Amino acid sequence: MSTITAEARLASSRVLSRAHRAVRRRHYLELAGTTVLSIAIIVWTIVPIYNMVMISLEPEGDVFTDHIWPRVWSIESFWGVLTQGHWYLEHFWRQFANSIYMGAMVTILTLAIGTWTSFSIGRMRIRYGWLVSNAALLTYVIPASFLAIPFYRIMQNYGMANNLWSVIAALVAFATPYAFFVLQEYGRSIPIEVDESARIDGASPVQIYLRIYLPLMAPALVAVGTYAMLLAWNEYLYQFLLLSSKSSMTVPVALAQFLSSDQSPWNFMMATAIIYAAPPVAIYYAFRRRMTAGLTMGGVKG
Amino acid sequence: MSSIGQVLAGPGVRRQLRRAAWHRAPRGSELVWALAFLVPYAAVFLAFVVYPIGYGLWMARDPSLYPDLLANPLYARTVVNTALYVGLGVNVMMFLALVLSGFFMRRRWWIKALLPVFMLPWALPAVPAFVSFHWMLIGEEGLINSLLALLGVQGPLWFHDRALALGSNIVAYIWKWLPFWTLTFLAGRTAIPQEIYEAADVDGADGFRRFTHVILPLLGNLYLVCTLLCTLWTIGDFTTVALVSEGAPAYSTDVLATLGLHYSFEAAQPSLGVAAVLSALPVLIPLTILLMRALESREVQL
Repeated sequence: MSTITAEARLASSRVLSRAHRAVRRRHYLELAGTTVLSIAIIVWTIVPIYNMVMISLEPEGDVFTDHIWPRVWSIESFWGVLTQGHWYLEHFWRQFANSIYMGAMVTILTLAIGTWTSFSIGRMRIRYGWLVSNAALLTYVIPASFLAIPFYRIMQNYGMANNLWSVIAALVAFATPYAFFVLQEYGRSIPIEVDESARIDGASPVQIYLRIYLPLMAPALVAVGTYAMLLAWNEYLYQFLLLSSKSSMTVPVALAQFLSSDQSPWNFMMATAIIYAAPPVAIYYAFRRRMTAGLTMGGVKG
Repeated sequence: MSSIGQVLAGPGVRRQLRRAAWHRAPRGSELVWALAFLVPYAAVFLAFVVYPIGYGLWMARDPSLYPDLLANPLYARTVVNTALYVGLGVNVMMFLALVLSGFFMRRRWWIKALLPVFMLPWALPAVPAFVSFHWMLIGEEGLINSLLALLGVQGPLWFHDRALALGSNIVAYIWKWLPFWTLTFLAGRTAIPQEIYEAADVDGADGFRRFTHVILPLLGNLYLVCTLLCTLWTIGDFTTVALVSEGAPAYSTDVLATLGLHYSFEAAQPSLGVAAVLSALPVLIPLTILLMRALESREVQL
């Protein structure tokens, strides 16, 4: 150590401080990069949403002028939607109720059919059960939108055109395969011995399903339920095709009808859009962690 | 829209088969219950999946439909549009999702706070979101052109030009679904054990090398599976094109899903419409087979 001259020490400290500076420069670069990217992400995400809010807050005649900020603030449009105050909106509450009914039924039926099927295949281990899981995959070979025309024809033959249940049936058929996968995957974390011992104690399959399977599966049920509800709330094509009368249609169909005319009250359209978007956004933020957990446990644990 | 839970289906089914050999399959009254639990799904599957597929194939059975289709200039252009829409939409989105998932792995507090904001488009229902996109781009008064005017740029008429209209559809589609895929990759990245990152750090791997030598091999199969799934869903996407560009100008941005409906309802040729969408089967079937293969090899990865 004593052989290190003062000069060498100085040199090494210079090297060190240069290294420090390089590290700090990298740190600042990284900070600048993440800041820029964060701002870009915010702008990208917010612009279409801001557009909705801005137009909904403008008075009716003001929409067709180029500005990026409402000149006059007005909540007239929201009031108009809630009181059905425009002829475009005369059935708004009925349509909103239709959407809720449809979403609720799709959620309940997807959960019911999904858990029954997964219970039979995954817990009771019915012979050839894997055939059912694999056949369900067939649902995804042909996209739902490609089956819309035959489905429309079939529903007309059944006399179910313009009936909410035709849409519910279609959506449940498309949502259940996903429900199986999440439920089966989650079910694997529950030892089958739990069911076995209940069976030895004399529990019937129905008792095992109700008292053991459903309570233990609760987290997966939340994930599947929110998924089914969001699917119904997002869907447009089947609702548009199958529901045509003003009193049987759902909000998305009514919303898209605004676009079919050049003279529509755009601020009312955007207010309707925001009111329709509010429930899933609220549900998403309420169940965010559990939904993410549902996705993750389905997806990528490897 | 479905989710990543399916990613797991492949090996799961097989693992279950192996295990089923040890447990006895249900007999007697238990078998009756197991079957009873399966009946609802079997009914839904036959009535609302198998029957429409069969009906669709039957509607498109006439071989003379296909020369008609090929002779139709609208069809050829739609095939090109669909290829562009799917090719660009899926690959750009997947790449962005992979990059952004790395960004959201960072530990800064504002990046953590940004994630829920970034997820907003996914929670927002599709119809309001696309109605807003349509309205943001339409005419000279749309928000985007107003913003461009602030910068002194005269914005184009987005839906009067085929390339711009197609691009608008793709951007709107990416906006809506990018959060979902980012979240999926984020889940994939968090599933990589921290020790692997630390080992790479000790070995002196910098950001780029860590990406190519650690993350890419580990996430490669997930990336492939997600790309295939997303391709299948994007081919079937109807809502985006139907609401953002509405096929404008003059049906020149239609994709197969929207063209099928135009043929069926505006041209009153439902069989031609079904033939148009079913002409995608030669692409859909190999994609599905590839997807199943990728799902099978998933267990080996990670």
